Amino acid sequence: MPRLLFEKVGRSVWISHLDLMRLFQRAFKRAGLKLKHTQGFNPRPSVSIALPLSVGVESECELLDFDLEGEYTIDTIADKLNAALVEGVRVKRVYDAGKKIGALSLLNCKLTLKYHSDMNERTAEMIDALFERETIILPKKTKSGVQELDIIPMIKRHSTCCIDQHTIVMDALICCQNPTLNPAQLVLAIETFLPEMKPDFSQCRRVEIYDINETVFR
Amino acid sequence: MNQLIQRILPTVQKPARYTGGEYNEIIKNKEDVRVRVAFCFPDTYEIGMSNVGMRILYGVMNEMDGVWCERVFAPWADMEEAMKTNALPLWALESQDPIKDFDMIAFTIGYEMCYTNILNMLKLAGVPLRSADRHDLKNIVYAGGVCAFNPEPLADYIDFFALGEGEEIAVQIVELYDRAKQGNWTKEEYLRQIAKVPGIYVPSMYEHVYHEDGTIREIVVAEGAPKKVTKRIIEDLDNAYYPTKMIVPSTEIVHDRANLEVFRGCIRGCRFCQAGFSCRPVRRKSADILYRQAVETLEDSGHNEITLSSLSTSDYRQLPTLTDALIPYCKDNRINLSVPSLRADNFSRELMQKLQTLRKSGLTFAAEAGTQRLRDVINKNLTEEEILTSCAIAFGGGWNNVKLYFMLGLPTETDEDVLGIAELVHKVILCWKEHASNKKRGLRVHVATAFFVPKPHTPFQWEQQITPEEYLRRCKLLKSHLYSKSVEYNYHEPYLSRLEAVMARGDRRVGAVIEAALERGARLDGWDEFFNYSAWLDAFDACGVDPEHYTVRGYGESEILPWDTIDVGVRKDFLLREKRRAYDEKVTPDCRSACSGCGADQLLREVKCDA
Repeated sequence: MPRLLFEKVGRSVWISHLDLMRLFQRAFKRAGLKLKHTQGFNPRPSVSIALPLSVGVESECELLDFDLEGEYTIDTIADKLNAALVEGVRVKRVYDAGKKIGALSLLNCKLTLKYHSDMNERTAEMIDALFERETIILPKKTKSGVQELDIIPMIKRHSTCCIDQHTIVMDALICCQNPTLNPAQLVLAIETFLPEMKPDFSQCRRVEIYDINETVFR
Repeated sequence: MNQLIQRILPTVQKPARYTGGEYNEIIKNKEDVRVRVAFCFPDTYEIGMSNVGMRILYGVMNEMDGVWCERVFAPWADMEEAMKTNALPLWALESQDPIKDFDMIAFTIGYEMCYTNILNMLKLAGVPLRSADRHDLKNIVYAGGVCAFNPEPLADYIDFFALGEGEEIAVQIVELYDRAKQGNWTKEEYLRQIAKVPGIYVPSMYEHVYHEDGTIREIVVAEGAPKKVTKRIIEDLDNAYYPTKMIVPSTEIVHDRANLEVFRGCIRGCRFCQAGFSCRPVRRKSADILYRQAVETLEDSGHNEITLSSLSTSDYRQLPTLTDALIPYCKDNRINLSVPSLRADNFSRELMQKLQTLRKSGLTFAAEAGTQRLRDVINKNLTEEEILTSCAIAFGGGWNNVKLYFMLGLPTETDEDVLGIAELVHKVILCWKEHASNKKRGLRVHVATAFFVPKPHTPFQWEQQITPEEYLRRCKLLKSHLYSKSVEYNYHEPYLSRLEAVMARGDRRVGAVIEAALERGARLDGWDEFFNYSAWLDAFDACGVDPEHYTVRGYGESEILPWDTIDVGVRKDFLLREKRRAYDEKVTPDCRSACSGCGADQLLREVKCDA
């Protein structure tokens, strides 16, 4: 099944996962590309996005699997789709088939923390120290209620630096599938264990995805 | 995008409705723009973006050189709260600029219970609510839409109203503004000039004088203003502007599909229906043009559903031609074709069966009244036999879900008519028992009753509205006679409909009540979770306005009505004749069978009424 790599930035980050699926289905139609439909009582065009992205999160590395009816050439799909997409959603590459989504394992994400007032000059250092602890237990909501979860085993690497007096950027390599760590949990950890360093605003960006051996996943 | 908006977005529900950036959104270079219009829809994005009229006028105005029309919707309560906390004024989606930076602020008003939203949006924009407090040409506030057919409740807040269909008048309004702005006119000068344009009502040029009892004694017309303002219509729909490149929302809206209007006007004449009279005369659109527009719209938008809309789509003469062409196209392209508001006649039954091969939709009958007598009174010529025949065919074809809609509180209604609803429902159940192809799946009959609201420009415009208590008594009476487990009965709460009646037939004094209700926290009244009846009752008290004056009182036949200045084409003596026939339980044939001389055809110059 063909796959495409796309980015979702700017205003489009506010589009939800389900709305984004619908948006792509329409974009394919506008581009004159006929999606194959699922079998069953209510046939739906088959598009599937690898890792649902939370509303408000930017990404440079989203994957979408799709299937087209009849014959087509892969080369022109990206251009056709980009002409039919909205500001912020851009197809970067389209290719014939990729690795099994099950093998997707790690995510490099960038967290930007913003502070209204001048912050402690040791903030970056203290945040890095926090994620060096042996355990960080956070509540995690599941279908059966709230469970406790240690996020440390899911953080492979991290480095934090100070950009200016109001901005901290944290770069982290975390598990994104089996098990999954939502990058928002990193911010929650800061808010919980370093309450005086709670950012006034935070933003997250997915930068790259990898398999278990840290090979770029496509 | 504005940093502040960015920071608020993560904290509100459905943020995509505040960001703009959808496919086909129109962005212009501000340096090339002479007139900026903030086109406001006084409800949420999901409702407003489903409105075809707004989409047409957005296209019309943006086609104009030097004009940029942008969209504005009412924020949801969480966003409103955040805006207040952060002192963030209301903005337009396209440019994200504050509304108070715009030249013109336009509203489209389709529902009386969004009046508080209009005032709230002005307030959130930081624009003075009352016309008299806005002194400049800038920020001129105008409005159109069906509610403009009784503009009086908003007369002190809106600088002028545009009556009727907007494709042409929208352009004239903006063109004149362009001249006014270049020529440094005052607001008064612009209003004096715009009042000369047919279809424009400038309320400040009409003084309403009242009798002691609160009825109107006289309407004093200022010099230069027309005695009667006649609504505008588009005669030739085939050549009228219709945008086939429409904005495709990136987030789900209420009517998330392409929408094609097949004709305007209505041949039916149901006596309670405002659209049925105020949208006359009937004007056709050709099937070949509609087919082309359907295909263009679908290919440009990528929608997988299209709906053929009108007040009564079965009455579109070329419906067979159009559906014969569209059904194969839709099948080939996996598009769902939906044809709502079909009548229970033979062709519609066949069409329903053809459409079923695409996707199964529900079966809904708006019978409106439970007995034939009362259906004759309201001129709803749908018979019990038609309902049961359609049900029999549908049940035989595997349908097991029926919705039946009624109104309670109609003129001349008795308990016998209320119980007639229960009887009709019982017959539908018997019909299912006889014809169902698969009884194991069971039957669901949804029955809903709404509280009758008398509307201006209808034969029932003089009628009383019964009290909420009496309405609830009738609901309970009906409920106690619906025994079957297959039946689910829902009735609308009467209080919203009571207010709707006040707004629909309100005079100029009602305006202060709307403002007072807003001050007391009322807005988003059409949403159950925000409807605040006590705020409204307090507001009536504070303003010394009695809601019963506009509801249970009824209006005298010789009384000057607040909307008497407005001419929708249908003559008042015709409405009165229809009222008399209602009380005589006489039906009036539909306009296609026999013209009943309503007068709306007099609006036409180039074509004849296509009833």
